[in-house]
Amino acid sequence: MPDQLPEHPDWLWRTPDPKPSYDVVVVGAGGHGLATAYYLARNHGISNVAVLERGWLAGGNMARNTTIIRSNYLCEESAAIYEHALKLWEGLPQELEYDFLFSQRGVLNLAHTLQDVREGMRRVGANRLGGVDAEWLDPDEVRAFCPIVNTSPDVRYPVLGATLQPRAGIAKHDHVAWALARAADAHGVDLIQNCEVTGFVRDSDGAVVGVETTRGRIAAGRVALAAAGHTSTLTDLLGLRLPIQSHPLQALVSELLEPVHPTVVMSNHVHVYVSQAHKGELVMGAGIDSYNGYGQRGSFHQIEHQMAAALELFPIFARAHVLRTWGGIVDVTPDASPIIGPTPVENLYVNCGWGTGGFKATPASGWVYADTIAHGRPHPLAAPFALERFTTGALIDEHGAAAVAH
Amino acid sequence: MLLIACPWCGERDETEFHYGGQAHVAYPADPEALTDVEWGAYLFVRDNPKGDFAERWVHTAGCRRWFNVVRHTVTHDISAVYPAGQPRPSQESRPQNEVTA
Repeated sequence: MPDQLPEHPDWLWRTPDPKPSYDVVVVGAGGHGLATAYYLARNHGISNVAVLERGWLAGGNMARNTTIIRSNYLCEESAAIYEHALKLWEGLPQELEYDFLFSQRGVLNLAHTLQDVREGMRRVGANRLGGVDAEWLDPDEVRAFCPIVNTSPDVRYPVLGATLQPRAGIAKHDHVAWALARAADAHGVDLIQNCEVTGFVRDSDGAVVGVETTRGRIAAGRVALAAAGHTSTLTDLLGLRLPIQSHPLQALVSELLEPVHPTVVMSNHVHVYVSQAHKGELVMGAGIDSYNGYGQRGSFHQIEHQMAAALELFPIFARAHVLRTWGGIVDVTPDASPIIGPTPVENLYVNCGWGTGGFKATPASGWVYADTIAHGRPHPLAAPFALERFTTGALIDEHGAAAVAH
Repeated sequence: MLLIACPWCGERDETEFHYGGQAHVAYPADPEALTDVEWGAYLFVRDNPKGDFAERWVHTAGCRRWFNVVRHTVTHDISAVYPAGQPRPSQESRPQNEVTA
């Protein structure tokens, strides 16, 4: 039998054994970890880098998100970093020579109440002042842009309007990871899967100088965590407490359907977000489970709640079937903004707390994190997101301001 | 969906409850004496274990009382339910729903 199987296609990256020592060890081979390694090599000439992954590459939240990319955040610190990401997304397929189906089909954020309308109009104004494309659509314009949205006044929460970011869209998440992995590998970065970090090596001053792993001790000049929902399990080993709580976040897809949905629609108020993948699945995201959890599954009532919202907004979905549901573990901070930068532990850097929306930030997260690691100080776009904000009180409060409920 | 044994009402669906995060976080005895770092930690930092976690729930759709639960954050097994204000039961004596009369 084996001789009848086709040849395996060329691997996109090597599978090296870990070396004894690296300049930088990145923990976590999700999108953010891979982008960090890629930009460390590309932008800073630091290619003696390992990315350690306890499972398989891009098998965590990078495989479990709803692939939405947008930058229409209210707070200027957030809009700046997400807009940096969007500009990088626009160039990455060409730069990485990999068509990962980045599709700028726009994102609608629906308004269902007077408060939603005010918030949406305010956010459109703030976005325009900040150089982020944004428009306000009335219900007729919503219907023209996305005819399958139910804009009838007869529903429980009628659509009163929507914000539109035309440059927003979706991308094929797996291919994004593979594109970044191939490019990082080509720069000499070692991508090491099935290698779990089990401890940290510290010198007499307490500085981190390496990691203990299931494949042995690896020395490191700097250790950069990119472990999303599992960041606490690593920092707990150092006695470093971070203001993050890990929650399950679910999403689901339908079977493959004819193209019916031309854009991305998000509703904060009834809480659902939905797009249609190139292959044809309707991709929908739910809310997080309220409780802390590390099991990669969530409660069914969250799915039920999400489907009720989806069916009211999109009556055409009534005959569709749920094909798969899944859950990822997201690390949520008190202000729903990420934590990026150095830590009180010397040589240890964190990039976490992206919560429910990390995928869209992937390239900018890697860009600013790589710069922060390379120079040992926060990149200007990352500086507002430093850990110190939970001491100074300078929070970047995106709860309810980020165009989606958290 | 979790099945949670309210100490007063018995086993009910998770949707009858609201979550309150980590239990046993005491208000600082002398807040004025705290540094900014300590105050920030009190406000914003909570344990986030992968394993047993003592946490608060309130039976919103029932008796509306707060109580504590020890739940495993991967398996969701509930190993103890006890009234707010009581110390966390030790590992040795952890009967299910020990305070239900």
